[in-house]
Amino acid sequence: MIRVENITKRFGNYPALHGIDLEIQPGEFIALLGPSGSGKTTLLRIIAGLEFQDEGHVHFNGDDVSDIPVGKRNVGFVFQQYALFRHMTVADNIAFGLTVRKASRRPAKAEIKARAQELLRVVQLEGLGDRYPGQLSGGQRQRVALARALAIEPSLLLLDEPFGALDAKVRKDLRRWLRDLHKQMGLTSIFVTHDQEEALELADRVVVMDHGRIDQIGTPEQVYMEPATAFVSHFVGETNRLPDGRHIRPHDFEIAAHGRDRVLVDNVFRKGGSWRVEGRLEEDGTIIEIDVDAHEAPPAIGDTVTIAARRERTFSNPGD
Amino acid sequence: MKRHNPGTESRTAQVLLIGLALAFLAFFLMLPLIAVFSEALKQGLGLFLSAVSNPDALSAIRLTLIIAAISVPLNMVFGVAASWAITKFSFPGKNLLLTLIDLPFSVSPVVSGLIFVLLFGAQGLLGPWLSAQGVKIIFAVPGIILATVFITFPFVARELIPLMMEQGKDDEEAALSLGANGWQTFWHVTLPNIRWGLLYGVLLCNARAMGEFGAVSVVSGHIRGETNTMPLHVEILYNEYDFVGAFAVASLLAALALVTLVLKTVLEWRFDLHSGARH
Repeated sequence: MIRVENITKRFGNYPALHGIDLEIQPGEFIALLGPSGSGKTTLLRIIAGLEFQDEGHVHFNGDDVSDIPVGKRNVGFVFQQYALFRHMTVADNIAFGLTVRKASRRPAKAEIKARAQELLRVVQLEGLGDRYPGQLSGGQRQRVALARALAIEPSLLLLDEPFGALDAKVRKDLRRWLRDLHKQMGLTSIFVTHDQEEALELADRVVVMDHGRIDQIGTPEQVYMEPATAFVSHFVGETNRLPDGRHIRPHDFEIAAHGRDRVLVDNVFRKGGSWRVEGRLEEDGTIIEIDVDAHEAPPAIGDTVTIAARRERTFSNPGD
Repeated sequence: MKRHNPGTESRTAQVLLIGLALAFLAFFLMLPLIAVFSEALKQGLGLFLSAVSNPDALSAIRLTLIIAAISVPLNMVFGVAASWAITKFSFPGKNLLLTLIDLPFSVSPVVSGLIFVLLFGAQGLLGPWLSAQGVKIIFAVPGIILATVFITFPFVARELIPLMMEQGKDDEEAALSLGANGWQTFWHVTLPNIRWGLLYGVLLCNARAMGEFGAVSVVSGHIRGETNTMPLHVEILYNEYDFVGAFAVASLLAALALVTLVLKTVLEWRFDLHSGARH
């Protein structure tokens, strides 16, 4: 179990984290989700031991590792830009963590080689061991970085924006692949992302962060359906923020005569399996987005429609 | 139909600029270089050879090589250490250190030499104490080494800092996270990443170490056969109207410059290839 206790960190005058508490169960897949500057990467680096907290503690399985540097925490870290050693072959990159071990703990050469080959197979890059990182595609490099981190048999896998540098198609494939890999290995993993879709799709639990604090910890279902704060509500999934503090998702609106809000329709277009209606609230011009089932007829541009919310949440602090 | 080509208008300007640059290079760089070699060989190869194999000339060459052999490795170590500290860590006084590294570039070499005379000379701050211990620094080889190390300090650091800044510290952090210790990280990760830049810096450092005149002139004392380096020897011969001798030794220095330039070009080419394969 990983336990993070009251972690506080400042960079000069800039407060990066305030009193973060977090518990992670063995085998969990956790997403740290937040916008840039929310402190998510700093928290990940503190858990790794690449950065040190000003206050608070980090416990791994009951041991206080707060002051132990990264090399002794036995964590696998996958960097956003992969940080592959470009003068080494792929196989040497993967074997690095084993070859730098003290002679007493270092496996025999043949064993290291076999281990690298096995990991190449795990990340589906068999036969590419003799290539250099510069000769691989982005998705392949990402998997080499993962294999290199796994080679040291870490007790915890940490990934910093693992799909950030990839294009949309590769990103999606790799996401699915990583989820399957996590299922197979059951290795406790934490990844940082600013992409809510990624967090909701992959994680067992999502930690939503903003301004160096945790706003909510919960399953993807919980953070989406029952956002704890206004920030979570509009950062995770799409939300219309009405002037009176109500937060309503586009698919929770219906066009109905009994509704209390009147909307002037500006634009209607097809969005996946539904119509997206964009309009302005008659009352004060707030932009409103509504999803209308594809089987129904959407309103015409220029119409004024009445809308009702099937589900809404109200936050006293509108939050931004 | 003729399409407007934005390149055509500036064609004249382009030719003019290239011509100007070439003319400037020919006049200020090529011509003197040719002059050095032609003056050196004017009276025949025999005289050239005897000029460079004269005992005083040989002693100057030997001293120059010794100075370079000591100051270049020192500055290689200092340069790597300073660049490492500046780019991989944050600490108070970092900007001051960056500025200090540039000091030898911004101060006149003569002033640099004088600083050492003021510190270690007979009338200097530490001079009397040093001479009481029987240590001679000014007008001796140690002084020349000190001055040369000072003058050539920025070359390696200046070459490495932008390079290491650009590379960031991800690779080092990756190595550490995989369990490598500091030395393994430096040897297996940092050094291979900076090797071409380092070689280039060392090359420039060496060229300057062998060619430095001003600072060395102040601290050397111009003792023939003892504290004369090649540039100082050239000056002495020239002042004695021994033009063949002066130009013969000068041509050796010029040849060093040419070799440095060729090596630099080769290195840059390798470096481009290398960085082209990145990311």
